[in-house]
Amino acid sequence: MTEIWTVVVVSGIGSIALKAAGPVLLGGRPLPERVDTVVRLLGPALLGALVAIGTFADGQDLVVDARVVGVAAAAIAIAARAPALLVVIVAAAVTAAVRMAGG
Amino acid sequence: MSDEARGYRAGARAAVPLALAVGAFGISFGVLARSAGMGAFAPIVMSITTFGGSAQFAAVSVLGDGGSAAAAIAAALMLNARYLPIGVSIAPSLSGGTWSRLLHAQVTVDESWAIAAEGDGRFSQQVLMASGLVLGAAWTAGTALGVVFGDVLGDPAQLGLDAAFPALFLALLAPQVRDHLRRVYPSIRDAGGRPLAAALLGAGIGLVLTPVAPPGVPIVAAGLACLIGLLPVRRTEP
Repeated sequence: MTEIWTVVVVSGIGSIALKAAGPVLLGGRPLPERVDTVVRLLGPALLGALVAIGTFADGQDLVVDARVVGVAAAAIAIAARAPALLVVIVAAAVTAAVRMAGG
Repeated sequence: MSDEARGYRAGARAAVPLALAVGAFGISFGVLARSAGMGAFAPIVMSITTFGGSAQFAAVSVLGDGGSAAAAIAAALMLNARYLPIGVSIAPSLSGGTWSRLLHAQVTVDESWAIAAEGDGRFSQQVLMASGLVLGAAWTAGTALGVVFGDVLGDPAQLGLDAAFPALFLALLAPQVRDHLRRVYPSIRDAGGRPLAAALLGAGIGLVLTPVAPPGVPIVAAGLACLIGLLPVRRTEP
């Protein structure tokens, strides 16, 4: 539990600082363009990793299991512009169904 | 009614339709955080302080996989790092003292930032605050509801909840590589291609490192893919 609260407190303080740095410290001065560009690519970079690892990793092994089908179904839902909660439900339901069918 | 009061009303009104979606999203977070063993209060506090969907989900995902606190924190902060340039972009539009600026910054999320944009690089301070508060309240309330439901759900794997995480991250990634990114972040040239390249490279780094590094580390290392931002842009116009 302490580990969880450490994460909550530190990521909370860090996030507050990230948001406040511009308005409180930089007083309207812009970030250099290359810094701006690189920082904005952190999101896609991490999200790509999170999708891949969440789909294929099982501890330290890479496996293909029911999750692949669930995530594929999610991709279809996303392409159909479904809201995020529905995408999550679709992924979970499809994965659970595949597992029950023995996959 | 003064201009300021009008601004607050406009911001709150604009946020209401989004608030339902954000609230539902918050329920997902509460449920998944609970299923990852975070307890009842930690997710709620996180929604108030970290206040960023992708950052919160990433931290919970790393912790749920047995990653270290350091890896979870690093993932969360990297996913909230875009709020550094976003904060810089709203700074010239904020009047008021340090505490006022801090509060406005804290309620800044992608949606309230987009709602408050006036189109020429200016932002309405009142619209930002009102929409940010409405969305923050919805996010936190959703989290609280999800935490309650999450406890009664049972075995996450049997319910396919482990697939919910990558599905959710995909849902967060999709708009970042769609073309409308160009409209929201006008300062980035070649907007569509590079987020996709960063995502693919990040995925590759993550998968390659998973067999050889402790949980959480592959995700943090994948952040390095952002460095493709240093590559020169191929200009399509003379």
